[in-house]
Amino acid sequence: MKYDVNKKGFYGEFGGVFIPEMMYPNIRELQDNYLEILADPGFQEEFRNLLKDYAGRPTPLYHSARLSELHHTNIYLKREDLTHTGAHKINNTIGQILIAGRLGKTRIIAETGAGQHGVATATVCALKGIKCIVYMGQLDVERQQPNVLRMKMLGAEVIPVYSGNMTLKDATNEAIRDWINNPVDTHYIIGSVVGPHPYPDLVAKLQSVISEEMKWQLKEKTGREAPDYIIACVGGGSNAAGAYYHYLYDNHVKMIAVEASGKGIDSGESAATMVLGRPGVLHGCFSMLMQDEDGQVTEPYSISAGLDYPGVGPIHSHLFKTGRVKFDHATDDEALKAAFQLARLEGIIPALESAHALAALEKKKFRPDDVVVVNLSGRGDKDLATYIKYMDSFL
Amino acid sequence: MNHLNILFAKKQSEILSVYFTAGYPGLEDTVEIITVLAESGVDMVEIGMPFSDPMADGPVIQQSNDKALKNGMNLRLLFRQLEDIRSQVSIPLIMMGYLNPVIQYGIGDFCKKCNELGLDGVILPDLPFEIYIEKYRAVFEKNELHKIFLVSPQTSEDRIRKIDAISNGFIYMVSSSSTTGAREKIVKEQEDYFLRLQQMNLKNPRLIGFGISNHETFQRACKYANGAIIGSAFIRALSEKGNLEENIRRFVKMIRGTSGMQP
Repeated sequence: MKYDVNKKGFYGEFGGVFIPEMMYPNIRELQDNYLEILADPGFQEEFRNLLKDYAGRPTPLYHSARLSELHHTNIYLKREDLTHTGAHKINNTIGQILIAGRLGKTRIIAETGAGQHGVATATVCALKGIKCIVYMGQLDVERQQPNVLRMKMLGAEVIPVYSGNMTLKDATNEAIRDWINNPVDTHYIIGSVVGPHPYPDLVAKLQSVISEEMKWQLKEKTGREAPDYIIACVGGGSNAAGAYYHYLYDNHVKMIAVEASGKGIDSGESAATMVLGRPGVLHGCFSMLMQDEDGQVTEPYSISAGLDYPGVGPIHSHLFKTGRVKFDHATDDEALKAAFQLARLEGIIPALESAHALAALEKKKFRPDDVVVVNLSGRGDKDLATYIKYMDSFL
Repeated sequence: MNHLNILFAKKQSEILSVYFTAGYPGLEDTVEIITVLAESGVDMVEIGMPFSDPMADGPVIQQSNDKALKNGMNLRLLFRQLEDIRSQVSIPLIMMGYLNPVIQYGIGDFCKKCNELGLDGVILPDLPFEIYIEKYRAVFEKNELHKIFLVSPQTSEDRIRKIDAISNGFIYMVSSSSTTGAREKIVKEQEDYFLRLQQMNLKNPRLIGFGISNHETFQRACKYANGAIIGSAFIRALSEKGNLEENIRRFVKMIRGTSGMQP
């Protein structure tokens, strides 16, 4: 089985390039150049140096003794939460800002939901002195004020989006419209492994540093490069794609993806795309998609703003369909419980997104000698208001 | 015979095509809008199939999509409304919208239904021609549906020639690199692009759309192409208070100018 993207941008039946002609020149320019830029030693040197000295990589692979004891196995946390700006998102934005520079772009646009990708984009734009515009649904602007202010402090212009349901999906539409209206000087930094080819592949490759580090870190700690399990949360799926990347062809490594089931799969308020969706086209790619019977995209729900996207990266639809990755889901309550548990057991407050991955530990029986890696994709500072709200129920 | 072929056989200039979103302003306005447009001397109508995420559209058409969906429009209902349309109008009718609702309906079934109803062409901006050729061309051709493709000022000459080669019906020239309704005027660099395409001797007629909003921009576009397409400005006219039919007739008169009025 093949898990890489093919020349036309497909992972199996998923992916592709479903864009209006007005976007074509920009996408073609990226398609024609991204592999060459990624392979260029000069790019690699600058990218690696920034990941190391600016973002704080490698991130630790931490043996979580008390969590391991609780689940009678060996649990390691890949500490993406310790990167600059507090989540794995920075791996992608550093890479893409360098690519934008090499393509001669002078203006950056991005979409954001919770604001993590917006902050990571605003950060690298400040670093490189490039104009930055972030589209954000008005509802998210209201819910995520600290991140809005962070972006502003970093010099980005945050444009609230009032169309549709005023959340991530609509912010993405608006960023695409901006790109159509600015076809020459602008690069669009998409925040996940979604969108038209080459974005899913580009973002996966930039995030693959996560599993690249895991290999030598595990070797150092356990004597072998491969774990028995890798667990990651999936909204669009960039942290999961990065955590799986270098293990996809090692069938010994079992992979679990955790989607957000919100208030429950059948509650009507959920974001579990693999369970509730069917194949469709949104934002330039063919992938699993939450939609009604007429093909209108439906609004997902999760307590975690980073997971409430109605689609999912085409690589994940392929991994789901081929059975390479087992898809699980966690409710708001299960994620909250896992977050409070990690805070008290390990002194780590995870992002609500990452808490969904932690919640999967409860549902699975591991063997005492299993090595389980949970990708702790982000830290929980941004979710403090939510955690405070639920503190009494979960402690 | 395909009504687009009939139209272009007898008329090569000042062709006026009007877009509206089905289900807007009212759910049941579809047939009235089409018939009044035809009576007013419009040459072609593009029937918009509303979508939740119209990524190539500006605010006016976005809002008409939202409203149409809230009103309860969907493809099945739209096809039912169009059951008898061919007993009422003989101008070309084109279906325009985004790919996902069509995929969910089933592309084969969609094409078959369009053919049964006597519709002439389909515009799906997010279906690129490479995928069309590979997967869908056969079913479109079997159902005698013209697939119309967009070109933009950034589209390379080589690509325009490829699009021309596989197109039938007409080439939809997007007037500037923009979403719908974004610009009000036509500027010099757009005219350079219009002229460039005019001189390419393409086999298909060319219609210019996006940013055509009044008599002046319609006339300017018609200098360089076989005609023009109006969407956002018409949606705005439909949104005005008053009688729907009068709004439509007044709008078409305004675009044509008195001299351009049909007898």
